Amino acid sequence: MTKLPRWADVVLVPLICLLIAFVFCGLLIAAIGQNPWVALTSMIQGSLGTQSGWGYTLFYATNFLLTGLGVSIAFHASLFNIGGEGQATLGGLGVAVACLFIPWPHWSLALLGSITLSALFGALWALIPAWLQAKRGSHIVITTMMFNFIAYALISYLLVNVLRPEGAMDPATARFDKAFNLPKLADIFGVMGIPFSKAPPANIMLFVALALAVATWALLWHTRLGYAIRAFGKQEKAAVYAGISPVRITLYALLLSGGISGLMAVNAVQGGAHRLVMNSVEGAGFIGIAVALMGRNHPFGIVLASLLFGFLFQGGAQLAMASDPVTGEQLKIPREVITVLQALVILFTGALPYMVQRPLEKLFARGGR
Amino acid sequence: MTLMKSLLGASALLALGTVAALAEPAIIYDVGGKNDKSFNEAAFNGATKWATETGGTFKELEMQNEAQREQALRQLAESGANPIVMTGFAFGDTLGAVAPDYPDTKFAIIDMVVDQPNVKSVVFTEEQGSYLVGMMAGLASKTGTVGFIGGMDIPLIRKFGCGYAQGVMAANPEAKVVLNMTGTDGSAWNNPVKGAEIAKSQQSQGADVIYAAAGATGVGVLQAAADLKILSIGVDSNQNYIHPGSVLTSMLKRVDNAVYEAFKEGADLKAGINVMDLAAGGVDYAMDDNNAPLVTDDMKAKVEAAKAAIISGEVKVHDYMSDNTCPAAQF
Repeated sequence: MTKLPRWADVVLVPLICLLIAFVFCGLLIAAIGQNPWVALTSMIQGSLGTQSGWGYTLFYATNFLLTGLGVSIAFHASLFNIGGEGQATLGGLGVAVACLFIPWPHWSLALLGSITLSALFGALWALIPAWLQAKRGSHIVITTMMFNFIAYALISYLLVNVLRPEGAMDPATARFDKAFNLPKLADIFGVMGIPFSKAPPANIMLFVALALAVATWALLWHTRLGYAIRAFGKQEKAAVYAGISPVRITLYALLLSGGISGLMAVNAVQGGAHRLVMNSVEGAGFIGIAVALMGRNHPFGIVLASLLFGFLFQGGAQLAMASDPVTGEQLKIPREVITVLQALVILFTGALPYMVQRPLEKLFARGGR
Repeated sequence: MTLMKSLLGASALLALGTVAALAEPAIIYDVGGKNDKSFNEAAFNGATKWATETGGTFKELEMQNEAQREQALRQLAESGANPIVMTGFAFGDTLGAVAPDYPDTKFAIIDMVVDQPNVKSVVFTEEQGSYLVGMMAGLASKTGTVGFIGGMDIPLIRKFGCGYAQGVMAANPEAKVVLNMTGTDGSAWNNPVKGAEIAKSQQSQGADVIYAAAGATGVGVLQAAADLKILSIGVDSNQNYIHPGSVLTSMLKRVDNAVYEAFKEGADLKAGINVMDLAAGGVDYAMDDNNAPLVTDDMKAKVEAAKAAIISGEVKVHDYMSDNTCPAAQF
């Protein structure tokens, strides 16, 4: 069987997956008696049709870009880090500590501080599973997944018993000092004289995340460590023979992975909510896995995939409020159905590309003859 | 010229039509979900009542998780919805931050006080309603032990539990009240399985009447009570119909009336704090055909007497949130 040309593998397969996913979503929406076309257009209009929609799409995309990059680094070392959710949750704790207890003189220093602490907390949360994998052979999938639950429980305990302000009922920290709010896209474009909607929380972390994508690419393909990670991931025995220490690479790859996932919290917590709430990660840790898979573990692909998922997330939020343009009546799409729609897209794009790949390969083989 | 005029007229009409369509009221349900048969469903019923009476339409939105509150509020405000009503204390902090950005939009929040010039805060005296159903429980219990299952462990829910315990004690000073909470985070409002487990454990401790103040979690409590052939007490909406013959009564919290009133006031919504107490019909206990066989005339007479005494001020029910203590129970 011939291999697919690279462009088909990178562009055609995800597009076909997406198309199949949308067909199934359309069927589902039709099955609950709503108009799929109206649903689709309102998703697109709500996420890409307005400045505010773009702002939210980019905000979510930033979350997914960071967790996706985190997952992909571990992937290159053949380590399946399912713990992005927990690592980002702990990253949120790092941001809260940085913003609540340290009187930074300026937002830029606060940003540096929260970046440092969130990456540190995220990396530390990955350290124990990493050590168990490297030294004891405990499977990384199981340990990181279990650590997600420990992270939820820990944050829940801390928010309810320690960080909740006196007299408040909501399990959340106090609001951070307004001076630590990150510059939003509106502020950044404003400097350049371009007006942009002030409502969405997309902020400077978008550019930090894009820079990190470039840095990840440089690290993986242009440094010794990156080479060692990829060699270890491709063929462990050969890597060991070449003098690469499996223990060290496992630790490094997972620490990097956890640290970058932890950074996601700077965007969500300091940039978005301005306080630490329960469930601040919103599933971005798991979506990061789908983003990394769909982006073929290449930073450029991950940037594109995170945009797609940002669109899905924001579009999903809009779908709940969508109304029919003709009658003006609100579509009746329950939140459970929106979750199912998002899950369908993740299933088809993340988990089932091989289903598309095989027939495509056959098709190309026939066409090539 | 005439064509121009009619065109202008048509566009003016269109513009008017758009304004009218934009000034739709909106309701946001908290993570417990619109169909929780309790708190949020009461809000939905109020909104529906307004819609059927006026023929108007309203926007509605269910929160998927805690982190999306601000986006939901902002997007509804930007879509022109007015007023925007939200159910649940958890919106308090977010609303405090968002409301000043939309001075022309009116907001109403239930169960929380938000001090902004365009926010109406509706709070209920749940301790009074809980006292009445507590008396009913104390009178109906044969074992002398009754249960309370709260949702999330917050002062608001302790207020329910505290009023309930006082009511039980008023009916039977020897009674024992078993108090449990489902959890410490928002998921505690939507965990019927855990609710059922706690109900079973309370039954094994001797409880034969269990009061659930836990949103959708309560559905599990009522189910377990029906399975165990003991009595239960519903909350917020009238839940007597869910298991006729097993649900002793329901503590009514007229969230539906609060939402209905807010929608009716529309864009002229009066800001400030609105306390819905027993005298104002904000809280009550439910009687209908489904629970009539369970409530004797003697029980009803005693509870009615207590109701009159609370309204006249003769009986004071302690409000847990006034000092975070409860004379009748230990949390």
